[in-house]
Amino acid sequence: MSNIVIIGNGIAGITAARHIRQYSREHRITVISAESKYFFSRTALMYVYMGHMKFTHTQPYENHYWRQQDINLIQARVSGIDTAGKQLTLANGSSLPYDTLILALGSKPRPLPVAGTDLAGVQSLYSKQDLELMEANTPGVRQAVVTGGGLIGVEMAEMLHSRGIEVSMVVREDGFWNIVLPKEESDLVGRHIESRGVKLLLSKNITAIRGQGRVQEVALDDGSTLPCQFVGITIGVIPNIDLVKDSPIEVNRGILVDEYLQTNIPGIYAIGDCAELRQPPAGRRAIEPVWYTGRLMGEAAAYNICHDQPQPYDPGIWFNSAKFFDLEYQTYGLVPASARTGADSFYWQDDKGERALRLAYNDQQQLTGINSLGIRLRHEVADRWIREGVSLEYALAHFNELQFDPEFYPLLNFTTA
Amino acid sequence: MHKQYIYITLIITGFAVFLAVPFISYHRLSSEHIRQTIEDPDRQELLTEELTSLFDKPIGSWQLAGELGAAMTRVNLRVAQSNGLHDDEIEALAGIMTTSGLSKTYLDSLLDKDKAALVDSYGNWLYGKVYDNVDEARQQLEALNHNLIQYEILPKQGFDRYRQKAIKYSLARASLQGPASSNPLLWDLLSFGLVILGALGLSLQMLQEPPGIKNNGIFRHPATSRKWLGIIIGTFLITFYIILYFYPELMTAWISLADPLSKALSGNQAGPFFLYGFLYTLSVLVMGVRMLIKYRFNRYQVVRTLSVMFFQTAFAFIIPEILVRLNQPYFDFKNIWPLDYDFFFDFEINKLLASGRLGIFMLGWGIMLSFIGVPLFTYFYGKRWYCSWVCGCGGLAETLGDPFRQLSDKSTRAWKIEQGLIYSVLAFAVVMTIGVLYTYFTGQAMWLGINTYTLREIYGALIGAVFAGVVGTGFYPLMGNRIWCRFGCPLAAYMGIIQRFKSRFRITTNGGQCISCGNCSTYCEMGIDVRAYAQKGENIVRASCVGCGICAAVCPRGVLKLENADPHNRSQPNGFIK
Repeated sequence: MSNIVIIGNGIAGITAARHIRQYSREHRITVISAESKYFFSRTALMYVYMGHMKFTHTQPYENHYWRQQDINLIQARVSGIDTAGKQLTLANGSSLPYDTLILALGSKPRPLPVAGTDLAGVQSLYSKQDLELMEANTPGVRQAVVTGGGLIGVEMAEMLHSRGIEVSMVVREDGFWNIVLPKEESDLVGRHIESRGVKLLLSKNITAIRGQGRVQEVALDDGSTLPCQFVGITIGVIPNIDLVKDSPIEVNRGILVDEYLQTNIPGIYAIGDCAELRQPPAGRRAIEPVWYTGRLMGEAAAYNICHDQPQPYDPGIWFNSAKFFDLEYQTYGLVPASARTGADSFYWQDDKGERALRLAYNDQQQLTGINSLGIRLRHEVADRWIREGVSLEYALAHFNELQFDPEFYPLLNFTTA
Repeated sequence: MHKQYIYITLIITGFAVFLAVPFISYHRLSSEHIRQTIEDPDRQELLTEELTSLFDKPIGSWQLAGELGAAMTRVNLRVAQSNGLHDDEIEALAGIMTTSGLSKTYLDSLLDKDKAALVDSYGNWLYGKVYDNVDEARQQLEALNHNLIQYEILPKQGFDRYRQKAIKYSLARASLQGPASSNPLLWDLLSFGLVILGALGLSLQMLQEPPGIKNNGIFRHPATSRKWLGIIIGTFLITFYIILYFYPELMTAWISLADPLSKALSGNQAGPFFLYGFLYTLSVLVMGVRMLIKYRFNRYQVVRTLSVMFFQTAFAFIIPEILVRLNQPYFDFKNIWPLDYDFFFDFEINKLLASGRLGIFMLGWGIMLSFIGVPLFTYFYGKRWYCSWVCGCGGLAETLGDPFRQLSDKSTRAWKIEQGLIYSVLAFAVVMTIGVLYTYFTGQAMWLGINTYTLREIYGALIGAVFAGVVGTGFYPLMGNRIWCRFGCPLAAYMGIIQRFKSRFRITTNGGQCISCGNCSTYCEMGIDVRAYAQKGENIVRASCVGCGICAAVCPRGVLKLENADPHNRSQPNGFIK
């Protein structure tokens, strides 16, 4: 029996806890979080703000589940780790010993390096507390500025828009999320966001946020100003590693882990957004702060803790998804943002420019990745095709196997195209 | 000024007119009404005597119902006193029972012929018994007398409760006066017309918004989050159902509003259940338009909604009325036993058997649907082919009930209650039907010590009226839109067993794409915790799923898809999530 403590109850930490329990009834499992006692789905916070759900709906398990699973939940802030003495210090002064420690600390919003971010009405969106702050910050707001052209930014824009607030998105790049999306996709998403009534200001940066106590306007690098009563800062996230900075645990941008997700200290693992792989698998990044990799890392760490023969973390074929207002996006495998139609990829878009598909391929015309907008794809088929490296012709001819749209939706047919 | 407020004003005005109609209507009873309503001359005379003071005076529905009830009770008392055992007769018989014991000879000598025959058939178990004291004997006789009055004298000469309910309604209907009944079309326009206009206007407003899932503010809106407006709507619906099933004499003014349509369809005056069918169909159509607009980007929802609108309008509402016009039996071709719990009742079977070849066809059609159609279609498509494409209850739930779907309880506790209740109702329906058929074929009312008439009466009141109607629909704004379908419907239970164990239907979970956001579970009207399966990479194979497809529609990541495919390994995890 081992005393396992997990810091962080997001998808990575909670998956680790559940899987350790599946492997063993013996271990003592404790999950600590300062944010909330019970696990909730961070991705669903926006729906609470928009009134689609109540906060309780974001909790994937009923409260009695954790008692049944014999997983202890503690809501407290950890203030220090004594790696030599194998114990944690909590902000309330108490301490907690461990045999095995899993760090699932998550991310924190990347700060915007301009003056005025301390004004009331200026905030980021990551935690449950951020959501509560946004509820408090937005009544009476008529105009809002969201900065950052990424996934959380567009979520925040949609949230504000749902309350009838006029939203301007200030984006550094010259296309929406074009550090990830090829030009056509980036343009399509940008058009969609604008069609929903959000002003998209590309190639612009905020130089200052001004106001008296509360934000009143932002200044942009083109010299213009935007009046606003709310500013959302969503220029990405960075690993939340403050807790371990002064400990012997090695960090770079994130907490450095080997292929077994173990840190330099035996018995201490790091998973999810806060972890940085010393040697990421081919084609993958060292830090991948998305839901799915958090879950996969949780599964892998749990396996390695409970087995004598650990297995290297294998994230499989990359996949991710998002929804921009009413536009669903899925991606599988490798589609570089630099992908060019005809050169290394096939691109299709419907007549109205509302749906799109890109199939990326390598020199041998083998499928390497897929982007889809407004078309649902079958994960299992996409994964298999990319692993097998099927030809572009095969993929187009068998597209119906890949399409996952609801019944009665028109099936896309590329055989004659 | 937003147009929205104009539409809301129209709805409120129309609804207020509808509520006011009974209060601006009144009744003016005459002896002629009694002659037309009651055939039996003795009863006619007795009731006329009791009611003369009311004749030709304007009187409200509530008061009339009370007066009619009281008058019939007084008649009953008189009938009972003159036809039951009189006090002196009880004394005389009690005397005999403490000395030599009762016998047929004594009865014939002490009572008139009819009374003696009655006591002989109900009380012959008393023969020969000798009691120690008179009080005991008197008690036995009084109990006997009570039964005689209840089961023999009142049904034959007075007003038993069935007759009372029918007469109250018929007299109230015949004596109805007032603007709504004299000019129903005008008042139709002022009530239903305004509500329809406002509701359609509000739905069309949704076209201003771009297509896509629009659930903004649902958990803040007073109607859709169990707040004050939801409670008001629920209270109205519950009250409406109670009046409809138990006090139709109070709603004759509303019923008269449906006369023009009823006369156009069947040629007859409207009855309570015509009004109900009319309002029901209207709700399905108007709220169906709302559903069509709300989900205009989702073809599955569009086709499915058109289907329930069609089946309700044509099969449940218009065709049965036209059959009546053609002197054929009233028959809903898409209603299926055991949901259609009276399909095998003697009067239904006899009605169909007496209606020639069409009647025989209907009987065969109904039996085929129940025992061949249901398992077959459910094997191929899941129970959705009926529950969210054809069924009337489902049709109302998917249209009028759509704004309330998020209120269903997703807890495992609710799931346990659901299983306990729905299979009990199925068992009850099966037992009740077997009993009714036993009585039909043998002529014996008693089956395994139970009176099958009582059994079917209890089922009709408790399950048919209270559960399916009052609770099933009245609680939409409090417990979600599928309360009956989830907790009570015996047909849903029957199809659920097939769907769970032998069907090609499932909701496929798309690999490892679930982000546990919970939109699917929140908007599942059947209270299925869809996310619990999706986040484990498992398909959803559940007895209760009605295949409405909303989980797949609200999913922001394209994780769910309703599919019919090879039934093997339907429930195997897909391997993307360990």
